[in-house]
Amino acid sequence: MSAPRTQPAGLTKWAVTLPPTLFLLAFFLVPALIVVVAGFRETGEFGGLAPWPQVSLDAWRFLLGDVIYLEVFARSFLVAALTTLICIVLAYPLAWLIARSPKQRRDVLVLLVILPFASNFLVRIYAWIMLLGPANLLYTPLAVIVGMVYAHLPFMVLPLYTNLEKHDPALLEAAQDLGANAWTRFWRVTFPLSLPGIFSGSALVFIPVLGMFAAPELLGGTGDILIGNLIKEQFLDNRDWPLGSALAIMLTACVLALAGLSAWAAKRGMHGTEAIT
Amino acid sequence: MALLEIRKLTRRFGALEAVKDVSLAIEAGEFFTLLGPSGCGKTTILRMIAGFDAPDEGEILLDGVSLAGVPPERRPLHTVFQSYALFPHMSVAGNIAFPLEMAGKPKDEIRRRVKETLALVHLEEKTESFPHELSGGQKQRVALARGLVNQPRLLLLDEPLGALDAKLRVEMQSELIALQREVGITFIFVTHSQQEALALSHRIAVMRDGRVEQLDEPDTLYSAPANRFVADFIGKINLLDVEVVASSKARLGLRAAGLGEIAATDPRPITVGERGAFALRPELVRVFGRRESADLKNRFEGTVRELLYLGDVTLYKVELADGCVIEAMMPNAAPGRAKFHEVGDVVTVCWRHDAGVYLRN
Repeated sequence: MSAPRTQPAGLTKWAVTLPPTLFLLAFFLVPALIVVVAGFRETGEFGGLAPWPQVSLDAWRFLLGDVIYLEVFARSFLVAALTTLICIVLAYPLAWLIARSPKQRRDVLVLLVILPFASNFLVRIYAWIMLLGPANLLYTPLAVIVGMVYAHLPFMVLPLYTNLEKHDPALLEAAQDLGANAWTRFWRVTFPLSLPGIFSGSALVFIPVLGMFAAPELLGGTGDILIGNLIKEQFLDNRDWPLGSALAIMLTACVLALAGLSAWAAKRGMHGTEAIT
Repeated sequence: MALLEIRKLTRRFGALEAVKDVSLAIEAGEFFTLLGPSGCGKTTILRMIAGFDAPDEGEILLDGVSLAGVPPERRPLHTVFQSYALFPHMSVAGNIAFPLEMAGKPKDEIRRRVKETLALVHLEEKTESFPHELSGGQKQRVALARGLVNQPRLLLLDEPLGALDAKLRVEMQSELIALQREVGITFIFVTHSQQEALALSHRIAVMRDGRVEQLDEPDTLYSAPANRFVADFIGKINLLDVEVVASSKARLGLRAAGLGEIAATDPRPITVGERGAFALRPELVRVFGRRESADLKNRFEGTVRELLYLGDVTLYKVELADGCVIEAMMPNAAPGRAKFHEVGDVVTVCWRHDAGVYLRN
């Protein structure tokens, strides 16, 4: 049992927590509420929102009435899931190698993993256009996945590395000593202990991919648009704010439901691993 | 035939020879201890037996068959690690079932054996707990149970009591002895604690700088150390540089610089003029007041310089006439014990002629 943490005195506590709280209130909670309200308003004559106080469920009727939106949602989740899975498969050996390399070299390798962030995201996506174009792969679903995986791989590598680096090598020796071969040692010890890393990495990849619009817009074909493109389109091109807001609310609700579900599953299935993360 | 035989084992790490030409034979059912200061090579030997390290020279035979090239997972022996190395994501039962699962035992046998082994280490009520919910002593027991459950030919224990506090360590020592007697599995125990080694082992190999200095039963090691290192490492001892001045029929006359002649015994043929050390346990030295009688051959006058009252005994440091210091340990509740000697008291220290051991250089 850890000793009870000393509580900072009232005034200090306020002074420390008030600024970030105000910031989040002003720039996260209020805009989020505006979007929620906007989802139940009418479109104005020239786009945007109609003057207060008209309220309508038109956006929702439209959204739920057309199967195309459901399709885009399904496709977005599929792309996000596929991207996450590919990222896990690619990142795991890389993270493992970094975690197993000598201490002095690890920092350099981690730096190399995040080095691509030093150049602009759009520049890197344009680079893929140059690469995929001659191969006749541009404007295909494959190109979208390649771009997504490329952009999000570091977000999977880093939490996995942080997790794997903390594994006690004695556990693998113990498993071997007790009769486990290399394959069994991985699946019975390393993998279950790395689940927290896989979960946080997956959250860092899955959620941003769901909302991303640049990669599908630049690398995908007309049939490859995702929710992110749809939302962006409603706000910027069609100026249909209620519909855009309704889509955004749907997306957020889906992500929250998914996060809740995985947290619940994690609680049930990962007993003991909290000692690692 | 010995259960485990180590033949001329040598292991080098770069220029350092961690293990030098070590040969040992460990019998079935034995509680065998490798004892020595850190860096003496004891853990390296254990790791070579377990298969995590390979010798540069020599071989290890189990039941007469060489273990060379056999990976750790295929050796019929298990290790209890110093850090316990319990799997944090598995329950106590899951940890103990692991070696049985690896051995491909049927489910009902696994369940039965896990239950039996938990009873053996008195942890029945912790079956479903996870390692982070256990105390140090409980973790230790789970580690032991996990090592024993599949009935290995040998159980290797790498300083398993090192992480426990003093009181718990003594408790676990008794439990270890009882457990080893009950299961009859051969234990090879590695420790740097001479007290632990003496309390637990059938035989002890005292190691220094990669070599075995002495291999004997605990009481022999204590009462007849083979050399200065063993004498000094095991228990408290007075060591005096001496020269042999007389030697006949197992009787020795030794001269310590400035102290005069010491009478001692030694069955070995020893030539006059030889130099060595005289080793004397403090509990064999008596301290008397000046007017008390003591008709022992070895008696020297001195002054009490320091005393440590330890409850059951008192440890005196007596400076003799020539400046050499003898430590003496006197029981506090001995019959006829008249009084303490205070710092500054002039006293007589004496010991029987067969109390000490002459050590050749």
